[in-house]
Amino acid sequence: MTITVDHPANPAAGDADRPMGYGRIQRKEDPRFVRGKGHYVDDIVLPGMLHGAILRSPVAHARLVSIDTAAALAHPGVVAVITGQDLLGLNLAWAPTLSADVQAVLVTDKVRFQGQEVAFVVAEDRYAARDALELIEVEYDVLPAVVDARRALDPDAPVVRDEIEGRTDNHIFDWEAGDAVETDAIFASADVIVSQELVYPRSHPAPMETCGAVADFEPIDGTLTLYETSQAPHAHRTLFAIVAGIPEHKIRIVSPDIGGGFGNKVGIYPGYVLAVVGSIVTGKPVKWVEDRSENLMSTSFARDYIMQGEIAATKEGKILAVRTNVLADHGAFNATAQPTKYPAGFFHIFTGSYDLQAAHCTVTGVYTNKAPGGVAYACSFRVTEAVYLVERLVDTLAHQLEMDPAELRLKNFIKPEQFPYLNKTGWEYDSGDYERAMRLSMEIAGYDELRREQKEKRERGELMGIGISFFTETVGAGPRKHMDIVGLGMADGAELRIHPTGKAVVRISVQSQGQGHETTFAQIVAEEIGIPPEDIDVVHGDTDQTPFGLGTYGSRSTPVSGGAVALVARKVREKAKFIAAAMLETRPEDLEWEKGRWFVKGDPSVGKTIAEIAMGAHGTVTLPEGIDGNLDAEVTYDPPNLTFPFGAYICVVDVDPGTGHVTVRRFIAVDDCGTRINPMIIEGQVHGGLTDGVGMALMQIIEFDEAGNNLGGSFMDYLIPTAMEVPNWETGFTVTPSPHHPIGAKGIGESATVGSPPAIVNAIVDALSPLGVTHIDMPCTPARVWEAMQGRARPPV
Amino acid sequence: MQIPAPFDYARATSVADALALLERHGPESRIVAGGHSLLPMMKLRLARPEWLIDINDLFELDFILRDGNQLRVGAMTRHTTLLESAEIAGLFPIFADAERVIADPVVRNRGTIGGSLCQGDPAEDLTTVCDVLRGEAVIRGPGGERTLAMSEFHKGPYETAVGQNELLCEIRFPIRPRSGSAYEKVERRVGDWAIVAAGAAVSLADDGTIDDVAIGLTAVGVSGTIAESEAVLRGEKPREDLFVEAGRLAALASNPIADQRGPIEYKRHLSDELTRRVLRSACARAAVSPSPTTQEG
Ligand SMILES: Cc1cc2nc3c(=O)[nH]c(=O)nc-3n(C[C@H](O)[C@H](O)[C@H](O)COP(=O)(O)OP(=O)(O)OC[C@H]3O[C@@H](n4cnc5c(N)ncnc54)[C@H](O)[C@@H]3O)c2cc1C
Repeated sequence: MTITVDHPANPAAGDADRPMGYGRIQRKEDPRFVRGKGHYVDDIVLPGMLHGAILRSPVAHARLVSIDTAAALAHPGVVAVITGQDLLGLNLAWAPTLSADVQAVLVTDKVRFQGQEVAFVVAEDRYAARDALELIEVEYDVLPAVVDARRALDPDAPVVRDEIEGRTDNHIFDWEAGDAVETDAIFASADVIVSQELVYPRSHPAPMETCGAVADFEPIDGTLTLYETSQAPHAHRTLFAIVAGIPEHKIRIVSPDIGGGFGNKVGIYPGYVLAVVGSIVTGKPVKWVEDRSENLMSTSFARDYIMQGEIAATKEGKILAVRTNVLADHGAFNATAQPTKYPAGFFHIFTGSYDLQAAHCTVTGVYTNKAPGGVAYACSFRVTEAVYLVERLVDTLAHQLEMDPAELRLKNFIKPEQFPYLNKTGWEYDSGDYERAMRLSMEIAGYDELRREQKEKRERGELMGIGISFFTETVGAGPRKHMDIVGLGMADGAELRIHPTGKAVVRISVQSQGQGHETTFAQIVAEEIGIPPEDIDVVHGDTDQTPFGLGTYGSRSTPVSGGAVALVARKVREKAKFIAAAMLETRPEDLEWEKGRWFVKGDPSVGKTIAEIAMGAHGTVTLPEGIDGNLDAEVTYDPPNLTFPFGAYICVVDVDPGTGHVTVRRFIAVDDCGTRINPMIIEGQVHGGLTDGVGMALMQIIEFDEAGNNLGGSFMDYLIPTAMEVPNWETGFTVTPSPHHPIGAKGIGESATVGSPPAIVNAIVDALSPLGVTHIDMPCTPARVWEAMQGRARPPV
Repeated sequence: MQIPAPFDYARATSVADALALLERHGPESRIVAGGHSLLPMMKLRLARPEWLIDINDLFELDFILRDGNQLRVGAMTRHTTLLESAEIAGLFPIFADAERVIADPVVRNRGTIGGSLCQGDPAEDLTTVCDVLRGEAVIRGPGGERTLAMSEFHKGPYETAVGQNELLCEIRFPIRPRSGSAYEKVERRVGDWAIVAAGAAVSLADDGTIDDVAIGLTAVGVSGTIAESEAVLRGEKPREDLFVEAGRLAALASNPIADQRGPIEYKRHLSDELTRRVLRSACARAAVSPSPTTQEG
């Protein structure tokens, strides 16, 4: 007997309250969170546990002359002090990054960014560990730093990575997509060309919970249990097996509740490795949890793209081509999390939502004396930067052509009948109905009325702006044949077990950091096999308890693991048919499915529910050949393509003409993420992402001074938005299911973060356009807006 | 978790006890009031007192009291109390203007006026408020009590006339008829420190001319009030062209530095813009302010 699984796309599920599946239900994880009973890494206390603290470099670029740890070791309570030299002996001084580079776990030769890890103290409590840091004496020979990415390739620029054999510059990679010749030809004959430099400055996701780990190495049987703030526990386990040389079956990674990730918790940080080393060295469990400044200064930043963009069009407003050259600042180590083939992530999607004739981009990555990272903050692998580029360019074009930016977009959208649509950088957009989303957004906004209001206000000298962004994302990495991270294919597993009484447990390889997996994935199973979500436990975050898979980032949980869970449930449903047939003493082909039960065709009163079938499977019914006595299944899902969520955002701002202060008055977000599993969770993801967008557009930036000192190392200096800066979000949706996804879902986790910054910046530029302003870079702080109003807009870096 | 350097802790039971504790534990002992300036500095190890003398039990310093033609505010009065006090709102609307934009509710629930003034942060808002209201600081120490005008109280950034072994106990404000006051701040985000803020207080003579006026700026390196701008207005009826001139002079008097909040020229521009704005509202408020008799009632 074979069990066949088909991939029908489920019809769209809207807001209907359907407790047996999709719909607006409360999150199953919330009772523990709202009662303060979440259990995070820092809540873990093991018997005999010690505490680690990291000494970090105060300077950005310096030769390490000497380290004296004697006084620290003598400090009461200190058990061990570990330096780079100690790690060299263990062959652990350098660890591989997720981008085929290496990163120093502790400095051995020279410091390459301010905040870099220099030594690790292990003590009986965290106070002793912290106090002892001050007793370590380090002599640095300070070197000139390369801070400005634009100067990184200058012949006289200091070389950041001179430890790499033969390296004499700061160049990491050149990458391109699209067709340069074709694109240049179109530009050469286009009526209108608009060029603009766009800087997407460095920011930081700043999750509420900082990064941390508790390592527990058991010397007798050589097992390592590592509790970590990780978005990708399985990938981490494999990497630890490779880095630390501990056999993979002896490693268990547990990611308990995670207080926000946003990509900040994808990589393996030196602190995790040091906790492991500390545990091996001391024979005791070691906890390390970074403080806020450490998080902001040393863990994965986001963006830092300097983009020269150009758009070509006919004078009637037909967009023909887009091209761009990007300078990407990757910091001191190339530690971005990207699929191997794609050093600039999925930046290909800078072609946007428009039917172009040609497109071309180049991206050059450089080293600088800054913290490493680069893929974080809900960027969907650089889709954020790409969307910002094209949506700002389209607006500058509208301005140049004196066309309404909504009208220009409507004129150029890819049409519904063109899907699946092959874009000019070689990606196949799965499905879309862009005009419908755009029109809905304009309707909710009252677009024409807003333009009228703006006209009146302008006559009175008031500065009101309306900004649009229409984004297409590419998420759900990804097909194994194209996508891997350090050699691990980007597929995800799922296991489903139905207990004899009809309750279920589904085990998934992705890891929630707040996205609501325990609810969403239960709802997918519920929808497929018709038992209530509350009867389905979702297990995640423990490599001993869950199947292999690559984790949660790049909005991949629903597109990849969601597919896996739907398929595993269908496999169970199919198996249930055979068992039900045996129980009903009929043939499987005579049975028909309705949500929750198999019944005899033509005689609906005769049937078996999933619970009855589960009991049957574990009971005494004689089972058919090839069907074993359980109602369990497992799958690994390799997505055939990425999914392409999209949305139409409209932002209304008011700018104080006297101070440059921007108020986001309204924000309308129409999202299409295909099939909607839990609309409440979707809206929550959108609200959060929009708030992130306000942060990036208005205030967030990690700046450095000339010496490479990080100027954003605390929440005094690095501002994140509060409820006071955001309007009452107005959301809407359309549903265009993905044709290739088992349930038609596309992923929503990053849409709003990706889509909102250009809408806000476009609105600000629109507000300032009567003053002749055509561009302003983020963050649009009052000072930067005021400078733009004076005709002196300047890039932030 | 950010961890301060080791310190010891004592809880004072009265003003006298606090002074005795300061005396006993010597120069490395520090008062802690709301802790919202001191504790962050300790966590960043920018401040490393050996002893903290906690004065949060000194309810005797937590009061707002009308005393003849003075309003007396105890040093332990919390930001929230100042924001919500109807008495203060009636007499000195500038307090609510400023308090509304100081930090966030969590900080305001603990932070005190005494701590704010003693911290002497150049971007601190209540300093300007107290300056333009012509407050007086009442300080107690081993040698007894002294009262200082705000101009004598400030000694520059992070420095005040309060000695290490002394306690700021209260601030007194003169109550004047036909007066109005206002504060306005520009910040990058709610809860952030001012890029620039301005405060003004005016009182009008019977004929509607400006009898007295005080203008102050926050976060632009100005200490005390701005005599040049005030001189333009004194004795005149409130008029837009005078506000403009006062604003221009305030910008000239300002001495900002460039930082992440903005360049010098922007801060000078704001000094001008905000001075005009606060003068407009302070004068409008003075014009409708109740007569002294109704105030007493
Ligand atoms: C996130 C955040 C944002 C903030 N934003 C603003 C803002 O926008 N504007 C603003 O003005 N302030 C702001 N503050 C500061 C806040 O107002 C503080 O509460 C205030 O500056 C200090 O008051 P405190 O009672 O907390 O003082 P503490 O921190 O307890 O003490 C500060 C200093 O004053 C001394 N001290 C305190 N009381 C006395 C006393 N009675 N006698 C002698 N010495 C004393 C202490 O020894 C210490 O040196 C902010 C603070 C935070 C944490």
